[in-house]
Amino acid sequence: MHLKHALKDALLVGVLALLLFLPMTGIALAENYSFNARLHVPFLLAGMVMLGRFIFSYALHTYHSRQWVKRLIHREDRPRFILRPQRHWILLILFIFGLVLPFTLSNYGLNTAILALIYVLLGLGLNIVVGLAGLLDLGFVAFYAVGAYTFALGGQYFGLGFWGAIPVAAAIAALCGVLLGFPVLRLHGDYLAIVTLGFGEIIRLILTNWIEVTGGPNGVQVPTLQVFGFEFTRIAKAGGVPIHEYLGVAYSTAYRYWFLYLVLFLVVCAMIFVLNRLRSLPIGRAWEALREDEIACRSLGINPVTVKLSAFSMGAMVGGVAGVFFAAQQGFINPTSFTFFESALILAIVVLGGMGSTLGVVLAAIVLTLLPEVLREFSQYRIVLFGGLMVLMMVWRPRGFISLQRRQFEGAA
Amino acid sequence: MTAYILAQQLVNGVVLGAIYGLIAVGYTMVYGIMGMINFAHSEIYMLSAYLSTIVLAVLVYWGIQSPLVLILLTLGVAMSMTALYGWVIERLAYRPLRDAPRLAPLISAIGISLILQSYAVLTQGAKTKGIPTFIEGVTRFGDAVNNVQISNIQVLILIIALCSMVALNFIIQHTAFGQACRATQQDRGMAEILGINTDKVISLVFVIGSAMAAVAGLLVTMNYGSFDFNIGFVMGVKAFTAAVLGGIGSLTGAMLGGIILGVSESLFAGLVNSDYKDVFAFSLLVIFLIFRPSGLLGKPEVEKV
Repeated sequence: MHLKHALKDALLVGVLALLLFLPMTGIALAENYSFNARLHVPFLLAGMVMLGRFIFSYALHTYHSRQWVKRLIHREDRPRFILRPQRHWILLILFIFGLVLPFTLSNYGLNTAILALIYVLLGLGLNIVVGLAGLLDLGFVAFYAVGAYTFALGGQYFGLGFWGAIPVAAAIAALCGVLLGFPVLRLHGDYLAIVTLGFGEIIRLILTNWIEVTGGPNGVQVPTLQVFGFEFTRIAKAGGVPIHEYLGVAYSTAYRYWFLYLVLFLVVCAMIFVLNRLRSLPIGRAWEALREDEIACRSLGINPVTVKLSAFSMGAMVGGVAGVFFAAQQGFINPTSFTFFESALILAIVVLGGMGSTLGVVLAAIVLTLLPEVLREFSQYRIVLFGGLMVLMMVWRPRGFISLQRRQFEGAA
Repeated sequence: MTAYILAQQLVNGVVLGAIYGLIAVGYTMVYGIMGMINFAHSEIYMLSAYLSTIVLAVLVYWGIQSPLVLILLTLGVAMSMTALYGWVIERLAYRPLRDAPRLAPLISAIGISLILQSYAVLTQGAKTKGIPTFIEGVTRFGDAVNNVQISNIQVLILIIALCSMVALNFIIQHTAFGQACRATQQDRGMAEILGINTDKVISLVFVIGSAMAAVAGLLVTMNYGSFDFNIGFVMGVKAFTAAVLGGIGSLTGAMLGGIILGVSESLFAGLVNSDYKDVFAFSLLVIFLIFRPSGLLGKPEVEKV
């Protein structure tokens, strides 16, 4: 009886899958308006879907499995990993590990590690906006681009250096956030998503089309990295002293990456610390309260526009700082690095990390940057995987995988 | 001379606007009923361009020659295929999220659009695809130098767009389903109490929206001749702008907003700068959201506790 039901169900799903897959996967468009048929593909795919569905629905007919699924879905969000003050030595070990790590890596490894840290920073920034304040920002890459181009163009036109670029980029990105957020944040939340989506595209279009200033699609050279008069090139380019000559050691390209890694690592650590503190400050609590219930917040005297604006611009600021590091690492930037796909990737980091969880975002950023490096053969399926995980995550556990214990007020139960 | 350029841009703008309107219908109906932006809608449109080209290629391979039969058959098959996609997506990615936090369906929609985009790349390759022009002919008004051209494809686009809008309006205003649809839009809970199967209504809204996107997909592809997996993104933002312009939730508003956006964008491209025409469209969206968020024909949004 169960078997018959499951078979019928699987057959139905299989036919549906076949219909869906038939034209797209079965017929490949070729040059000159012709096509190549490869009809075995849709049948194969549909067969897989059918089999999966059959196993799924047949397995679900036993009492135990149903109980198991029920537990899985209705499990309350209780914390499974709590970072207590007694466990601070774990953080210390991780911190020291992070400091030592670059000296053990090759240049390729260093580059990947820096990229991972940049995504951690971006994830943390977007996490303030999406995870804490509950505002969907689909154009986060715009602030990233603003930061990167502030460094590159500021260096080109105004002689802005690396250290100067960080606060300037942060300020400009935050300003963009305020200018964009102010009119839109008064509206229904969904409008923000579409406006930020448009804003990301506007920034990219301007960078591409304003050729006289930004160099257009050809991109722009980032000024050479210079720290306290030292440079990381073999021969001094900007009037400083090459650091290997000063220290009397052999030249290595790794020095520049070591420097970038260490600064970035410290910035990320500082960011995590600040975020942690922010969450227990009134402003952080207001963000989370606003995410849960806007009307209740308003009736309690919180001004939703300013609170949202603070989250939005703070996220933008972090994105701008990340952009400076990206520009410094690449040495050369162009608009193709700032497409909607980047925004979606950062959003995937925040979502898969479990919105609002700092630890989750850090882990997700590292995993999502390293994964494509490890699984090179599957890199073309990466986006499908991200998308699928995002949907699954929302359907299954919209609050995230890793839930940390929420800070509680003194005296509260 | 300038008057002719102006008139030409006007014609192009109306044609473009009709297409925006067709896609905007999908956004506006879903937003009206569920209060949610269906971000995957633009990718449905993108998929429909692929589907209609594939269907067209197969039909030509089977030896069908007559343009009218080709278009009608392609339209029919592409619409039903795309509608099926819309239905399945609603079922898989949105229905389980009816009672989830507000952000959940939006993120799920982003996930779906990522999947659909890379589905197109994986199955058909990232290269730009083309479709042959099988309807030729241009009607000219004016003399050899100063003239306004309307191609037969443009005329066809306008006719098909108009027909589908009239049909859709009829369905929404005069059928039992339309009545259920409007009731669900006004108050989902009450509609459910009165015996309307709101799940079914929402499913059907997705089906209709997707079918309309398929019409747009075929028409745009016929007009421009080429497309790739990226076309959905910009089109989506613009169609949504059209929906906001006309007043989100309103069908005639969507069409009106589409035409307004199309015309003003063409005029901007023709008279000011064509590099920044997308920037212009997005700016229009932001300006409208600031000064008149309820659009031209919409009612102001009232937040309910």
